Amino acid sequence: MTQAELLPLDEWHKAQGARMVPFAGYMMPVQYEGIIAEHLWTREHAGLFDVSHMGQILLEGDNVDAALERLMPGDFAILMDGRLRYSMLLNEEGGIIDDLMVTRRGDHFYLVVNGATKAGDIENLKARLSDEIRLTHMTGQALLALQGPRAADVLAALAPEVADLSFMQGMHCRIAGVEAWVSRSGYTGEDGFEISMANEDAATIADALVADERVRPVGLGARDSLRLEAGLPLYGHDLDEEVTPVMAGLNFAIGKRRREEGGFAGDRRIMAELADGPAACRVGILVEGRQPVREGAEILDDEGNEVGRITSGGHSPSLGRPIAMGYVAAPLSQAGTHLKVEQRGKLFSAEVTPMPFVPHRYHRKQGK
Amino acid sequence: MSLYFTKEHEWLRVDGDVAVVGISKHAAEALGDIVFAETPEAGRDLSKGDDAAVVESVKAASDVYAPASGEVLEGNEALADNPGLVNEDPEGEGWFFKMKLANQGELDGMMDEAAYRAWCETL
Repeated sequence: MTQAELLPLDEWHKAQGARMVPFAGYMMPVQYEGIIAEHLWTREHAGLFDVSHMGQILLEGDNVDAALERLMPGDFAILMDGRLRYSMLLNEEGGIIDDLMVTRRGDHFYLVVNGATKAGDIENLKARLSDEIRLTHMTGQALLALQGPRAADVLAALAPEVADLSFMQGMHCRIAGVEAWVSRSGYTGEDGFEISMANEDAATIADALVADERVRPVGLGARDSLRLEAGLPLYGHDLDEEVTPVMAGLNFAIGKRRREEGGFAGDRRIMAELADGPAACRVGILVEGRQPVREGAEILDDEGNEVGRITSGGHSPSLGRPIAMGYVAAPLSQAGTHLKVEQRGKLFSAEVTPMPFVPHRYHRKQGK
Repeated sequence: MSLYFTKEHEWLRVDGDVAVVGISKHAAEALGDIVFAETPEAGRDLSKGDDAAVVESVKAASDVYAPASGEVLEGNEALADNPGLVNEDPEGEGWFFKMKLANQGELDGMMDEAAYRAWCETL
């Protein structure tokens, strides 16, 4: 077991009163004042998250878009400069190696991948992309996320041009005197931004953001409960190499042209699942009562047969009740289907429900 | 009335052979926001070390062990509707259950308040 690494903002988090825990190979802030308070603050105001454990990667060379299209189901050929897409790195069977963000940025592509999987992703990309494509792991960059209904006002006070960004669009700008790449994106279901800057500049930007009284630092604990309410899958829990984009309900990330033409890893299986439906799929689950059901709990049908597993579950601070997501056999995936969940010998009544559990509030411009 | 603490971060407020049991402030803070608590029913016989109650924070589920043997007299019904009481007042209103102690000798190995607080400082 190697020692957990320290984030560029390690001292900053401790000064803010964070409780630090090891996660994805780093000492990370799990909470400051408390998970529920931080969660609700983000839904009502703006939360600042340090996600510097995530991998930031540059890909340069000719036809990077076409090369990425062999490994991912997104339509990157039509992706405009400064636009980003949610996508997935697939194995040859169509299983998900990681989920990630892909941005066309001038003559190169900028990827943000999960922290726990970044080393494997980089190995995988190097092995599968031609030598003409240069891959740079941007270890000198930190990543912050500012999320919540006040995020746009807060960031625009420091960099007015970000107000023009719409959801899934990014730009270079200066914040508090330092260079940053800002995209309008996130992992909470709220409007907000992800901000990439040099490690040594991270504290300058973090200080400038929390100087605004609408902003509070938010830890990993609330990041998890926020994304669960938003119905967003977490890699290693709700997604893994056994699961395809169609099973995961992520069809929106498969480009229209790609569905017709294929030409990506696992295309035969994925196109068949698009045509015929997958055998099992990811669903939202409302659990009766107050007790959370968590990852690993068995999902049963009315007759007590195991029909799936919970992959994420917990208390929803916004709804004040337990929520979960998991995979069930396709015939049981319709909203309103009654199920049972078994956890530590106890049975819970549950029902399939549409996701997100809490509506998304992304900033999409009219007419686009 | 005397107050005892265990290394499992539980407390017992003992009056004669009746003990009120809960988790310490230290434990409640470590758990974080508590969103569910299940207390034992009256009449249940507990042996020291048995799983007596369940407490779930946003992050995880934990068991509350019987710190001593005896019969449950009452579970704290207020926790069903307001599990956050455990965070607000862990060593008072946020108690878990009352029990009739079967063997007061089991109290002998426990810490008094000063010893417990001092021990927590070393953790």
